[in-house]
Amino acid sequence: MDHVHTTAEDEHDSAYSGLLVNDAHWAFGTDFEDPLAGVDTTIPDGVDAPTLAAYALMLGDDALVMSHRISEWTSNAPDLEDDIALSNIALDLLGQARLLLARAAKADESVVPALPEDSPAPPEDALAFFREAHEFRNVRFAEVVNGDFAEATVRVLLFSVWRLATFERLRSSRDHVLAAVAAKGVKELAYHRDYSARWFVTLARGTDESRRRLLAALDGLWPLWPELFDTHEVEAAAAEAGVGVDPAAVREAAEGVLDQVLAAADVPRPEVSRRAGVLGRTGRDGMHGEPLGRLLAEMQSVARAHPRGQW
Amino acid sequence: MLSRTSTQRARRAAESVTDPELPMLTLADLGVLRDVDVVTDDHVVVDITPTYSGCPAMAAMRDDLVRELHGAGFDRVEVRVCLEPAWTTDWITPEGRAALAAAGISPPGPAPSSDGPIPLTLLPTARQVRCPQCDSPATELVSEFGSTACKAQYRCTSCLEPFDHVKEI
Repeated sequence: MDHVHTTAEDEHDSAYSGLLVNDAHWAFGTDFEDPLAGVDTTIPDGVDAPTLAAYALMLGDDALVMSHRISEWTSNAPDLEDDIALSNIALDLLGQARLLLARAAKADESVVPALPEDSPAPPEDALAFFREAHEFRNVRFAEVVNGDFAEATVRVLLFSVWRLATFERLRSSRDHVLAAVAAKGVKELAYHRDYSARWFVTLARGTDESRRRLLAALDGLWPLWPELFDTHEVEAAAAEAGVGVDPAAVREAAEGVLDQVLAAADVPRPEVSRRAGVLGRTGRDGMHGEPLGRLLAEMQSVARAHPRGQW
Repeated sequence: MLSRTSTQRARRAAESVTDPELPMLTLADLGVLRDVDVVTDDHVVVDITPTYSGCPAMAAMRDDLVRELHGAGFDRVEVRVCLEPAWTTDWITPEGRAALAAAGISPPGPAPSSDGPIPLTLLPTARQVRCPQCDSPATELVSEFGSTACKAQYRCTSCLEPFDHVKEI
């Protein structure tokens, strides 16, 4: 997307000048035309481009959907500090999503939904706003409807323990973009994990009520935990090609960290069985629960109504 | 032919741009400005790196760089994103740290190593943070997340003032 930048006036000088200059902004994005400009997006030798794109979409969709769910806490958390913390966590994940969706589009532009010729939406926004629920490849864990603060604690803990273990390995991806996103992401995810782990211990060892709520939240989310370690054929192919991480290979590391938290909190592992897929299909196959449809309706409806939206 | 002065001119202009969220700091002091490459006398390429993946200030930084470099006589300004290596607070210069402290923001300590598995820490991160108001070492962490993605919230137990700390990454 080309931008014409005026030299004298800039949106920084006055809140209004940005609206008046001849500088069209895509209405629903950050207006940074290409988050990967200048990054080496060459596809490594021997790597199948559609596989790389499909894999980046999976990691990107996990972050996007999880980010949206956590952002629903903004202005609703029990106190200001945790409101800010959850909003920051959502923002980090949104940034990861943006880079990963942009990477997917760059690897294989056929994954990007077609938009009107004159739409200023960049490819990563087309992917976020103009795909249907069945085209999303996030794990079902990310889309579950929010509960109370104990549930947010467990959700962030399980997700970040898993994603951090994945990103620790993804740092050595043969794909430069995935390796760079992972190297940056591990620093962010370590803060998310430690934040939620401390709250987990605090709630578990707090009052009878806080412990009751925490255990209920853990039982509620646990059925979707095993799905995080299922290996989809795209993930297997990406791991085989040296660009991705096989989820099954991070299970031991993730369980090990989680066990440390459970031990400190004096919480036993839940005895709840996993949620089955639908005819064996789960989130990675595009099989989602109804909540994802409602989440997307909220996230996408304005951009979809105005695919040429500018301000 | 590329003149030596255009390189200096470009550097000076780019290095004068301040961070939109930490306006007491230049992008150079913050370590976000990675490279200023003068291609021809009116064409310059600037590399910046995001502090956090979701840093919302990147577009504002780009616009400010473009404006300053246009003002310095470069008609063609390209601002590129450099993701690798990932930004670390260790790149904040001594001048930058002094500017943060003078503005009442506690500068970061040394960044932890981010090689290998990152160990879980269940206790508040141990840092030796001094109050930027009264210089007391008696401070406590309020939250690891603060007013921007890069800051934690602290409180001084001597003068009771709250303050921001740039957290190590």
